[in-house]
Amino acid sequence: MAELSKEEVLKIAKLANLELSEGDVEKFQEQLSKILNFVEKNSKVDVQEVRPLFNVTARENIFREDEVKPSLSQKEALANASASYNGYFKVKAVFED
Amino acid sequence: MKLNELTLTEVIAGLKEKKFSRVELVSAVLARINAVDQKLHAYLTLNENVLQEAKLADESGQEVLGIPVAVKDVLATQGLRTTASSKLLEKYVPVYDATVVGRLRKAGALIVGKTNCDAFAFGASTENSGYGPVRNPWALEKTPGGSSGGSAAAVAADECIFALGTDTGGSIRQPASFTNTTGLKPTYGACSRYGLLAMASSFDCPGPMAKTVEDCQIIFDLIKGKDPFDATSSDVVKPVLPQEKVTIGLPKEYFAEGIAREIREQVLEAAKFLEEIGYNVQEISLPNTGYAISIYYVLVPSEISSNMARYDGIRFGRERSSLEEEVKRRIMVGTYTLSAGYFDHYYLQASKVRTLIQQDFEMAFKEVDLLLGPVYPVLPFKLGEKTADPVAMYLADILTVSANLAGIPGLALPCGFTADGLPVGLQLLGPHFSEKLLFKVGKDYQALTDWHKRKPVV
Repeated sequence: MAELSKEEVLKIAKLANLELSEGDVEKFQEQLSKILNFVEKNSKVDVQEVRPLFNVTARENIFREDEVKPSLSQKEALANASASYNGYFKVKAVFED
Repeated sequence: MKLNELTLTEVIAGLKEKKFSRVELVSAVLARINAVDQKLHAYLTLNENVLQEAKLADESGQEVLGIPVAVKDVLATQGLRTTASSKLLEKYVPVYDATVVGRLRKAGALIVGKTNCDAFAFGASTENSGYGPVRNPWALEKTPGGSSGGSAAAVAADECIFALGTDTGGSIRQPASFTNTTGLKPTYGACSRYGLLAMASSFDCPGPMAKTVEDCQIIFDLIKGKDPFDATSSDVVKPVLPQEKVTIGLPKEYFAEGIAREIREQVLEAAKFLEEIGYNVQEISLPNTGYAISIYYVLVPSEISSNMARYDGIRFGRERSSLEEEVKRRIMVGTYTLSAGYFDHYYLQASKVRTLIQQDFEMAFKEVDLLLGPVYPVLPFKLGEKTADPVAMYLADILTVSANLAGIPGLALPCGFTADGLPVGLQLLGPHFSEKLLFKVGKDYQALTDWHKRKPVV
């Protein structure tokens, strides 16, 4: 039975932008491995000639006219922000000086 | 009978005939919530203005509904806190309504409050709620099912006249079957997903949960239809209408070992009853059923991992670490299955097998008009009984997920009780946009049985 390594779990957490405690890492190692082993049976199905199903009701190319329609006001858009300034969302600095 | 105990159909008639006012109706619902919700925990947030809104509706003299609806907390309600039952959104107040909510409001419905569910709808018992689980009105130590457990409990306990839920892998149908209520998972796209806090975008379906099939039909007709804000939504295209003699198929894979004896018995009784009242019933096969769970738990966590990326604590909500454990688990699985080098092996492969599941239904519907089967393999279980093993919980979704994989509609309705007095439900599954047919069969059944009229003593 294949087991995810600690490093793999930490890498997944980084990709998913999730902070995990030490205990979490071990617990997820076990649980994720179990889930991934369970779904391994999917690869046994012969689907060589089968197209993937992404779109269950087969609707295609739903377009609209390129017209500006009413949207949220700036005030509404900021209403639930954890931090804002002068009509902007405040975020953690991305660049260092 | 108290006003809150009426069905939607009865309330509409009663209001029209001026037998009671909306204020009286809403007051009865609020009184009931006051009396039992401490025990049930079906509601997370109540609309403080609902009585005032009822008064205005009465005074307006318009033919508006004015009927109290409970809304699952993954559907955005403008100005009314929406948490998705997660601590991350504890203070989130949407600035817009979900389309399905807006359409109900336009028809005059009054939102009583937001119901408890598994966090972000990930679960089948409401035990994954960030605010504590809901209790089954039929047995308080047991779960009402999930993820729409709060909506189901509220309908069952007459804490509302009807409710909205969502079904991504069974989350309307299973709690309906656990609480002796009726619920519809519409055809994918029949009801707009705009304003539904997204879980898995090719699976999610908002839908009605109510006391009768007839009620569900009324609600569905109000909320269905194409929405310019949801490109995957559509009008009910080429509706499959009932023919002369309707044939019902019983998928043999849905009655296999592993289904609790009492559930199998009650559901087969119901099938026999339908045969007696004029339906053809025959056995059918859905051969790829064995892969339904294993592909579901690749596809859905994958889509979840993408949809959950928006919760970065910047535009709304708290920091990401406040997400509940089941939420983190599914995000992690989905991140892995979509990551570079693994996408083909997991997501692409599962998507191809998904075609086979859809084809199973297409083949079946060449022979029969609709399918009938149980909803869940086990009876309502005790809170805490299944929380230790997430994979075991996933496996029990076997009877519901195929409908979501194929995008077909499913109607769950009561069909009996166990010796211990626990409700058992059945589900009807039909081709895309065959809701009318499902409603017809369901109404025929409910016209001649009265399981759905029984109420729990809370």
